Amino acid sequence: MDFITKLLAVTIAMGTSLTYATLGEIYTQKSGVLNLGMEGIMLMGALSGFATAFYTANLAFALVVAILTGGLFSLIHAFLSVTMRANQVVSGLSITLFGTGLANFLGQRLGPESNNFNLVGMNLSSKFDNIAIPGLESIPVLGAFFDVSILTYALYIIIPFSWFFMYKTRFGLAIRAVGESPKTATAMGLNVSAIRYLYTVIGGMMAGLGGACLSLSFTPSWNDGMTGGKGWIVIALVIFAGWNPGKAVIGTLVFGGITSLQFSLQAAGVKMVIPTQFLAIAPYLITFFTLSVMTIANNNRKGAFAAPSALAVPFAIDDK
Amino acid sequence: MRLVLEKRERRLKRMSLLIPLFSFILSLLIGAIVLAASKADPIQAYVAMAKGAFGNARRFQYTLVEALPLLICGLSVGIAFRLRFWNIGAEGQFVWGAIGVTWVIQFWTFLPDPLLLPAGILVGMIAGALWAGIPGVLKAYWAVDETLTTLMLNYVAIGVAEYLYIKAWKAPKGILGTPEFPEFTQLSQVWGKVHSGVFIALALVVVLWFLLYKTTWGFELNMIGKNPVAARYQGVSIEKSIVIALLISGAIAGLAGSLNTVAITHRLTRGVNAGYGFTGIIIAWMSNLNPFASIIVAIVMASLTTGADALQIAMKLPESMGAVLQGLVLIPLLAGSVFHDYHLKLIREEE
Repeated sequence: MDFITKLLAVTIAMGTSLTYATLGEIYTQKSGVLNLGMEGIMLMGALSGFATAFYTANLAFALVVAILTGGLFSLIHAFLSVTMRANQVVSGLSITLFGTGLANFLGQRLGPESNNFNLVGMNLSSKFDNIAIPGLESIPVLGAFFDVSILTYALYIIIPFSWFFMYKTRFGLAIRAVGESPKTATAMGLNVSAIRYLYTVIGGMMAGLGGACLSLSFTPSWNDGMTGGKGWIVIALVIFAGWNPGKAVIGTLVFGGITSLQFSLQAAGVKMVIPTQFLAIAPYLITFFTLSVMTIANNNRKGAFAAPSALAVPFAIDDK
Repeated sequence: MRLVLEKRERRLKRMSLLIPLFSFILSLLIGAIVLAASKADPIQAYVAMAKGAFGNARRFQYTLVEALPLLICGLSVGIAFRLRFWNIGAEGQFVWGAIGVTWVIQFWTFLPDPLLLPAGILVGMIAGALWAGIPGVLKAYWAVDETLTTLMLNYVAIGVAEYLYIKAWKAPKGILGTPEFPEFTQLSQVWGKVHSGVFIALALVVVLWFLLYKTTWGFELNMIGKNPVAARYQGVSIEKSIVIALLISGAIAGLAGSLNTVAITHRLTRGVNAGYGFTGIIIAWMSNLNPFASIIVAIVMASLTTGADALQIAMKLPESMGAVLQGLVLIPLLAGSVFHDYHLKLIREEE
């Protein structure tokens, strides 16, 4: 029982960062923009958050900086893909290349002189600690949900809200219209470009925040490439969730669980039946099959599962 | 008054040279700001990088060696891009090339010695081709999004390779990775560090240029990419073309992986996913899918990597400066690519 509770606690901590970024990417993709820059944006969020917290010791301010950094990077992507109608795949990749490169570069330049300007190995004076809710935290197993950091508690409100916003408000309807059929959306009087800009930037802000979760709460530190491919898992999770913000959390728990299971079993010295490398590829393999099977099923029968129709397609009013 | 983008009458040829050149200069300028902001002298840094990449014969050889996998991966994704098939799976196909060649050289010992190397490269190419063929078939017949499938399969390939060199095929003792290949299966060096793979790469450039610009097949690929409806009307089987193009694209990425394994690492080991497949996308994009232009672009991109290595030694600046510049070059390039088809026009609005 104790093992499972611990496992769940690590899963939630891991899943928090993933969930923020996944929710952000869902909103971006729903509006018709594919942002493959998540890995770079998350890493820049992690770096900028950590560097700010290191010099100001102000965690709230560090979060703001991480969010703004994420927004700034996704603004580049929005400019390229919406205004310049550039290829979104290549644009996203360039953001990831640039973002990871710059974060790793700055991580070795922004540190104190005593540490050779390196931020690696520096500690923070404070971090987002877990706050236990008396009573609830002692529930067997599920108590793990009530002994988490403020960043995770915030998600308990943000997840249902982002589902509600997407499916029950006219703003959500506008996002879906722009992502499904920009032409119809224009006819409805919506400004396609403005909406895509807005949700691409919001998506990037969420990714920056997700990155900061890694460097400010889970293991407060900075390391080169510390997101370790989480930005790519986010792309997988969006598909796994079927572009539904309400379902995003299922994916992040499952995949966060797989990752923490790896660590927990290793730490417990359990002889592994399945090699750890196969556990590590599970999220990608599951996503690959989910996407393929669901798309094929969807071809035969118009179902609920589908990528937004206009995903990654640039739009211009004067186009035929 | 406002600025608007207006469609050009026809594409301008000189733009395909001007835009990449301008983008490269712009990325160096932005890079200079990054350097200056981190308290380093940009001019001094760029001089150190140029010296590190081209300063003497040995440095230039390193740059060429680094350029080879980039060039081949660029050619690989370029074929798929012609069809507007966004193959970002060259990384995984590269890894499968390395796995394939290792499998043959480590276990097919029943083959006569001289056959081991060619058989290994061939199997590496087949492995890469099959890995690209899966998303190819899924896209061609069931419209499964290729960007996402090729991306996911990269990480599956990397995981399989890790399992092989950490567990299943690991050398009984010594450093991480599979046992070192016997000498007769290693690619010979022709000029300092530059190995004979350079001839294979150059031959590939010529063959692809011929296939893409001088044959019906190349013409059909372009037509499918530009106007699939017209292509179908002309009797071109789009499904078949996608699958064939993807098999070729994957085989070429597999070739890059197997060549790098027999020429550089001589074993399957950590670092097999060095990002060549991803950087290949920059090469394809900057060269405007032209095989000959890819040679120059690959050397320039490789020089950013080798130059950044030298930067670390000469000025103690992080080597990730190379990645910063490589990522930066794409941003103005993408922004500029719109000027192929559009030009800016100032519109005076009547009150």
